[in-house]
Amino acid sequence: MSETIYKSISPSDFFYRNREIAGFSNPSRAMYSAIRELVENSLDACEIRGVPPDIYIRIREISETGSGTSIYALRVEDNGTGVPPEHIPRCFGQVLYGSKYILKQSRGTFGLGGTITILYGQITTHKPVRVTSSTGGDIHEYEMMIDIVHNKPIILSHRVRANRAGWRGTAVELYLEGDYSRSMYRIYEYLKQTAMVNPYAEITFIDPRGRLYRFERVTEEMPPPPRAVKPHPQGADVETYRRLIAITGEKTMKGFMTRHFQGVGPATAEKFLQEAGIDPGKNPKSLSPEELVKLVRAAREFNGFQRPDPSCLSPIGEHLLEMGIRKELGLTDDDFLKVVQRRPSTYLGYPFIVEAAIAYGKTIERRLGRGIKIYRFANRIPLLFDESSGVVWKVVHKIINWGTYKVSPDSPMVVVVHVCSTKIPYKTVGKEYMADQPEVEREITNALRSIARHLRLYISRRIRLAKERRRLSIFEKYLPKIAEFSAKLCDREKPPDIKPLLKAVSLEVSEAESPLREVPELEEEA
Amino acid sequence: MRRRLKLAEKRRAAVELALKQLGKIICEQIENREFPWIMLQSRSTDNIVYDPELRQYVLGDRVIRRHSRNIRHIRPFTQLIWTAWFARELLKLRKTSTLREVYYSARGLRDIEFKSQDESDEIITDLETALNMPRESFNIYPEERSAIFGDLTIEYTVPGYEGKRLNLTEHPDGMMIGPALSTAEIVETSADKVLVIEKGAMFTRLIEEKAHKRFNAILIHTAGQAPRATRTLIKRLNEEHGLPVYLFTDGDPWGMHIAMVIISGSANAAHLRGLATPDAKWIGVWATDIIRYKLPTENLTDKDVKRLKELKRDPRYQGELWQREIDTFLEIGQKAELEAFSRYGLTYIVDRYLPDKLEEAGA
Ligand SMILES: Nc1ncnc2c1ncn2[C@@H]1O[C@H](COP(=O)(O)OP(=O)(O)O)[C@@H](O)[C@H]1O
Ligand SMILES: [Mg+2]
Repeated sequence: MSETIYKSISPSDFFYRNREIAGFSNPSRAMYSAIRELVENSLDACEIRGVPPDIYIRIREISETGSGTSIYALRVEDNGTGVPPEHIPRCFGQVLYGSKYILKQSRGTFGLGGTITILYGQITTHKPVRVTSSTGGDIHEYEMMIDIVHNKPIILSHRVRANRAGWRGTAVELYLEGDYSRSMYRIYEYLKQTAMVNPYAEITFIDPRGRLYRFERVTEEMPPPPRAVKPHPQGADVETYRRLIAITGEKTMKGFMTRHFQGVGPATAEKFLQEAGIDPGKNPKSLSPEELVKLVRAAREFNGFQRPDPSCLSPIGEHLLEMGIRKELGLTDDDFLKVVQRRPSTYLGYPFIVEAAIAYGKTIERRLGRGIKIYRFANRIPLLFDESSGVVWKVVHKIINWGTYKVSPDSPMVVVVHVCSTKIPYKTVGKEYMADQPEVEREITNALRSIARHLRLYISRRIRLAKERRRLSIFEKYLPKIAEFSAKLCDREKPPDIKPLLKAVSLEVSEAESPLREVPELEEEA
Repeated sequence: MRRRLKLAEKRRAAVELALKQLGKIICEQIENREFPWIMLQSRSTDNIVYDPELRQYVLGDRVIRRHSRNIRHIRPFTQLIWTAWFARELLKLRKTSTLREVYYSARGLRDIEFKSQDESDEIITDLETALNMPRESFNIYPEERSAIFGDLTIEYTVPGYEGKRLNLTEHPDGMMIGPALSTAEIVETSADKVLVIEKGAMFTRLIEEKAHKRFNAILIHTAGQAPRATRTLIKRLNEEHGLPVYLFTDGDPWGMHIAMVIISGSANAAHLRGLATPDAKWIGVWATDIIRYKLPTENLTDKDVKRLKELKRDPRYQGELWQREIDTFLEIGQKAELEAFSRYGLTYIVDRYLPDKLEEAGA
């Protein structure tokens, strides 16, 4: 279990006025975003605790407010770390307060999502939020509201109950105005895709119409938790440098670089500082603002640093991703599924890993129809909006020539791409899609091409197999008739035995069924 | 009489044996773990050649293998074996069947059923090619029936009529040339020629006018293109009984070709011998007759002209008479049907035209 650090940065008024950037622009979108923020907090908490998540979501309709819109009660419950009682009011009642301000991959990052959901609920319904949590000891239950102007929680009640069952986790229950019928499809898609990349999670959802959706856990295995790492000199901005200078105890620039950044040894520090034109012996605290900007710029251009350390990343892993996709798409052994995880790579000093998968076959045709369907994930969060603006769409529809792999635009195929990074190259504040950052684009392209080569073999084998099967069935149909009538023709009692002939044909079929040859790794394009 | 019956019986036994042999070969191939196959002469157009010696179309040397190992061959192969079995049943039961009945008999038989009668006709032709025997020998006949009239005595060989004799003047409409007549033995005739007419109406007219007596001829009506049984009969009368054959058709390319098929055979029966009567003579209606007898005419259609041009290049039409007539048709752009003679009164044809033409032909 990792250490949890709490601190506050800035007020909530801004987000109250600009809530559309956080995804609360209309009742249908708000409904979806609320679920998403609370579920992601729950998944984070379970991963930090290191237990397979058990997440329970329930929406009840309370009263109608307009055409399609209603007041709903939303409850999300998990078996995560729980929040220490003294932090509960601020974690849920103060925007930009949170435990995730460190450099490792997690779903939330700004101390924003959960709280703004509560804020949205409050301004649309004037009702308090109820947070129940335990870190293993007593159960604390807070009823509270947010003082928007002062960005402060207002506690309405605080009750403590004995925890006889030994429950650990958090339950958040709030009221909000939403539009379920318009967000239903998105919510379902979101949960399904979340289940796809979290096959170790059990997710239960009861919707306002009383329908139960269950996304079952298929494994207890979880990906190794990410480690916190020091920033990479190239990925850090001026603000990060300034803050580190403020807290450092180092007396020289050389010591400062070596101590606070990853992968910088004394020799590299010396060489870099010289190239940047800054005296390695200089006290960091005496750096002028101009020198600071010069330093950051030089860092971007210097290519003597080691690659950023990817151990702060938490990819899903080929095995787990395969399980998740297989389960959520209901694939059979007959369908094609191949998952690859690329080696870590970097862009602008940020480490990232691309994981990709292609599924293909009859099951997909039956369940999703024909055509190429794309599932995109960033740090294990499904991206559901603006598909055609994103980098994955560009790679799938503009860069890769599927014809090379015997795939046509109406082939029953699913493309899955997961990018994990300490900084996802989102194009907009709304975090809906990833930009075509060249390094990221290239990794996605190479990942999909390497899978597509396997797919091509699969497809040509399918075609051959189908042909062989058809041949066999034709022989099975006609040979007996030939035997029967030729025997009758020459007054024989028993028709000649055709089994040896059929056997010769089925031998050819089993040859076509034999396992795939390994695909030779081709050289990748830069 | 006994001798004749025995002859028919022997022919039937030979066909049955050939069919049985086919079944045996297939069975043995399967037992040798071999996908069964048979050899056939290729009937594709580039293997059909005109044999000037035989004066008919024949198949060339190319043979093909119908192999059940081949996915495209196995279905027709199976149908062929079924058809062979069906033919053998016909022979065993002494029944006959029409081409259409063969098609219907396979209806509802899974994996054998024919898609259309064209398909079953094709398979029957395959069987003819494989056995080198016409389908009539295994009791399969076409629907079209032509007729015969004249002083000719035949003796039936079909079951129930064995040994029964009939004179073909007995019925004033003429006798249909069906399976029974095709398999009958020819006993005797007083006629000294055969007059073959394309159309039923003219045939009836000639009987009414007692043309058979006037010309001492056996009259045969082909009903368009002469069925094979009719062609076989014509050939037998010509070759076995020494009767010269005269062909009397419409004066257009189609009538001309009806005559030619009787003389030289057709391309789609090139796999069979014994159908052509090379010595038969076409006596009319010629293009030059149209001018000479001032027959009422119709204009040639585009289709007629096209057909005439095709025939002009056909190796069977290279003789002087044929070339001259084709050229004349094209020159005058006219044609005349047999009915055209009615303009001159009903007896003109028997009184004037036919005697003229027969005399010219050397009869
Ligand atoms: N379900 C939960 N379990 C444990 N801790 C939680 C849960 N939800 C929220 N928190 C805590 O509250 C903080 C604020 O959450 P949030 O406003 O969603 O911001 P963020 O997720 O971006 O950090 C989180 O950083 C976390 O420490
Ligand atoms: Mg959050």
